[in-house]
Amino acid sequence: MSNNNVTRRGVLKSGTIAGAGLAVPTIFTASAARAYTNEPGAGSVKIGFNVPQTGPYAEEGLDELRAQELAVEHLNGMGDGGMLNTFSEKNLDGTGILGRKVEFVTGDTQTKSDVARASAQQMIEREGVIMVNGGSSSGVAVAVQALCQEAGIIFMAGLTHSNDTTGKDRKANGFRHFFNSYMSGAALAPVLKNAYGDQRRAYHLTADYNWGYTTQEAVQTSTEAMGWETVETVLTPVGAGDFNSYITPVLNSGADVLVLNHYGGDMVNSLTQAIQAGIRDRVVDGTQMEIVVPLYSELMAAGAGQNIQGILGSMNWNWQLEDAGTAAFTKSFGEKYGRPPSNAAHTCYVQTLLYADAVTRAGTFDPCGVAEALEDFEFDGMGNGPTTYRGADHQCFKDVLVVKGKENPSNQYDTLEIVEVTPRAQVEYAPDHPSFGGADATLGECNSGA
Amino acid sequence: MEEIIQQVVNGLDRGSAYALIALGLTLIFGTLGVVNFAHGALFMIGAFVAVLMSDVLGDIREIGSADDFFKLVQVVEDPTQTDFLGRPLAVETSYWVIWFGESFGNWLSDWAVPIAVLVSIPIMIFIGWAMERGLIRHFYHRPHADQILVTFGLAIVLGDLIRAMYGANPIQTPMPEALNGPVDLGVYLGYEASTITYSAWRIVYFFFSMFIIAGVFAFLQFTTFGMVVRAGMADRETVGLLGIDINRYFTMMFGLAAAVAGVAGVMFAPIQAPSYNLGMEYLVPCFVVVVVGGMGSLGGAVLAGFLLGIVQSFASLPTWKNNLVEWLGLDDSNLIANLIIGVDQIAIYLIAIIILLTRPRGLMGRKGVMED
Repeated sequence: MSNNNVTRRGVLKSGTIAGAGLAVPTIFTASAARAYTNEPGAGSVKIGFNVPQTGPYAEEGLDELRAQELAVEHLNGMGDGGMLNTFSEKNLDGTGILGRKVEFVTGDTQTKSDVARASAQQMIEREGVIMVNGGSSSGVAVAVQALCQEAGIIFMAGLTHSNDTTGKDRKANGFRHFFNSYMSGAALAPVLKNAYGDQRRAYHLTADYNWGYTTQEAVQTSTEAMGWETVETVLTPVGAGDFNSYITPVLNSGADVLVLNHYGGDMVNSLTQAIQAGIRDRVVDGTQMEIVVPLYSELMAAGAGQNIQGILGSMNWNWQLEDAGTAAFTKSFGEKYGRPPSNAAHTCYVQTLLYADAVTRAGTFDPCGVAEALEDFEFDGMGNGPTTYRGADHQCFKDVLVVKGKENPSNQYDTLEIVEVTPRAQVEYAPDHPSFGGADATLGECNSGA
Repeated sequence: MEEIIQQVVNGLDRGSAYALIALGLTLIFGTLGVVNFAHGALFMIGAFVAVLMSDVLGDIREIGSADDFFKLVQVVEDPTQTDFLGRPLAVETSYWVIWFGESFGNWLSDWAVPIAVLVSIPIMIFIGWAMERGLIRHFYHRPHADQILVTFGLAIVLGDLIRAMYGANPIQTPMPEALNGPVDLGVYLGYEASTITYSAWRIVYFFFSMFIIAGVFAFLQFTTFGMVVRAGMADRETVGLLGIDINRYFTMMFGLAAAVAGVAGVMFAPIQAPSYNLGMEYLVPCFVVVVVGGMGSLGGAVLAGFLLGIVQSFASLPTWKNNLVEWLGLDDSNLIANLIIGVDQIAIYLIAIIILLTRPRGLMGRKGVMED
C-alpha cells in the first residue's frame, strides 16, 4: 500500500475549489463600455462556426464548414457571389457586412453538448464573435442556443432537425432555417401510404437523444394517423457502431417496416447492418419488408452505398433541384470543392447570408435589432422557393423534399432522387402545437447582452 | 424461440470480437504484466489494414475515405459521361483490372478483406514489436497506473494519426460478394425457410475467431515456445533462474497478441465501417471482459468474451424487457421501467460489478493476481 497524504479536509478543500473553477465559465463578465455583446469595431466583424469535426456527425460538420467558408468569401466579394445573385434581397454587395470585412473562427463540438458549449463560449469570450452558426446535432443546437441567449449573441442554427430547437427549447436569440421532425413526418406520410399502403406495421430504432425522440414521435403520429400500427420502439445509443443486436429482434417481431431514426455515421452502420441481416429480403405475411430513413443526408447516402436503393426519406434541400438559387450554389460549391453540397452545407450557407442581410436591413449588429429584422421575414432565391421566417418561433417554413435512394447511382454524389416536393402548406403547424412545447413554449425576450 | 436463437447467434458473433481482443490483452498482461490500453488501437489498425488493402487492390466499391493511400485506381475522364457540374465524368478503373484482365482484377478487389488478413499478420507483428521495444518495455516495472496512462496516451495518438490520414468518417469496406447478405440459418436447424436469417459474413467471423483462438491455445499447449511462455506466466522468476531469457519470449508474445487483435480488426471491417474511434469503442468492453474472466487467465478471457457478448445481445431484446415491465405493473414514465428498458447500455458493466463484488479474481482467475 502506498503512503497517502489524502485527508478528508484536503479532499473537501480541493473539491470546493474545483467546483468553483468549473462553475466560473458559466458566469459571463459584462464589459461596461459596450452597447451589446461583442460590438464589432470599424474594420472587421467575426463570426463563429461551431461544427462537429469529430464524432458520428463529423462528415456533416466538415461539409458545413466548407459552405460557411464559401459564404464568407461571397460576403467579402470574392468568388462568383453564389446565391447573392439569386437572393430576393439585394442588400449585400460583397463589401462585407455594413462595410466591415467578415472574418471567422471555427470550433469543434465533437457532437457533444458540453464540448460544444465550451467551444462556443470560447469563441464568444475570447474571439469576440458576433454570431454563432453551425452544428449537426439537435442536442448540441439546443445547448449552444441557450448559451447564446445568455451571452447576448445571435445563434443561427445549422443542421438541427428536432422539434425542440424551435419548440419547447426555443429562444429569442436563436433562428432555425432547417426543417424539423414534424415537417418530415407530415411530408413522408402520404408518400409512404402511396408506396407501401396503409396496413403496415412499423418497428422504430431511435437514436437516444432529443432528435431521435421527436423524429420517432413525428413519424409514429403521422403514420398511425393513416392506419399503420407501431409494433415496437427501441432506443439505441448514439455512435453505437454495431446495431445488430437491435436489428435481429426486428426480424421475428411481426413488423414489416423498419424505421431507422438514425443520422450520420449511425445510419451508415445501422442501414448496412440491417441489410446484411436480411431485413429487405424478409417477407412477413406475404408483404415485403421495407426500410424507411426519415432524415436523409447525401453524405450518409454516399457512405451507405448501394444499401439505400429504393429507401424513402426526407430532406431540407437537394442539389438536384432545378431553381436558380440551387444551381448557383451548387456551381460555386462544386467548383471550389469538387463535390456537390449537402443539405447541411446548404443550410449553414443560407443562414450566414440571411444573418448578413438582416444586419444590413436593421442597420446594426445589435441582436435585438437583427432579431426584429428576421422575424416574419419573407424571402426567395435560396433554393427552397418562397420561405418565411416565422416570428412566433423563429422557424423557417418552406417546401420539404421527399427523396428515395436511386436504383442505379452513377457515382457517390448521385445517390438520391427527388420523389416529391411537399408544398409548405402541408407541413405547417401552429406555434403552440403540443409537439412544440404547447402553450407554455415561449421565445422569451431577446438578449443583447447590454 | 426463433428470437432467442437469433439473439444467441448475435451474442456469439459479438462475443467473438470481444474474445479475440480480450485474449490479446490477457496474453500481454499474463506474460509481461503490462496493462495495455493501446490494445483497442491495435484492433483499429487491423481494420484500417483492411481499408488499405481495399485501396491497394483497387476496390472501387469502397467509399468514404478522405485520402486514398496507395489507391491503385486509374482515373480517366470520360467525355461521353458528365458529372454533377456538367464536366466530363472521372471514371475509376482498378489498375489490377488493367494489368491482369477483368476477371482476375475484379476477383482481387472483391476478396480484398480476406487477402488483407494474410498481409496484416506481418504488419501487426511488426507494429506490436515496435510498440513493445519502443515504449512498453520501459514500463515493465512501473506501477500499473503509469502503464495505463502511457498506453492510453498511445491509443489516443494512434487514433488521431489514423484520423489525420483517413478522415473522421467511417469507411465502408465491403466483404466479398459471395459472402454478402444473409444466410438462412433456420433451414439448418429444422425451421421453415426465412425464419432465422443471419449475416453470412458474421457467421464466417465467428468461425474465424474460433479458429484463431484454437490456434493460439494450440500454440501455447503443443510447442516448446508455448511451454516456456506458460511457465513464465505461472512463475517468471523460476524460469529466469533456470537460465531462460524470458524477455525475448515475451516480446514475441506481444507481437502475437498484436497480430491476434489485428486480424480480428481486419475481418471486422465489413461488419462495422472502420473509423478512428473504433479502438476506443471496443477497448472498455474488452477490459470489462478481461476483468470478468480473470486477469491472466486465457480461458477466462475467451469464456467471458462470449458470455458478455450473449448478455449484451439479450439485453437488447425488447420482448422480455417489455414483459417484465408489464408484469411489474409499471408504466412508461416510471424510473425502474426506464432502467429495465435501458439495461442494454449497462448490462456488461452490471455483470462486472457483480463479479467484482462477489468474486474479485474473476470467473477463472488465479488467486492473488492484481491483489497486491
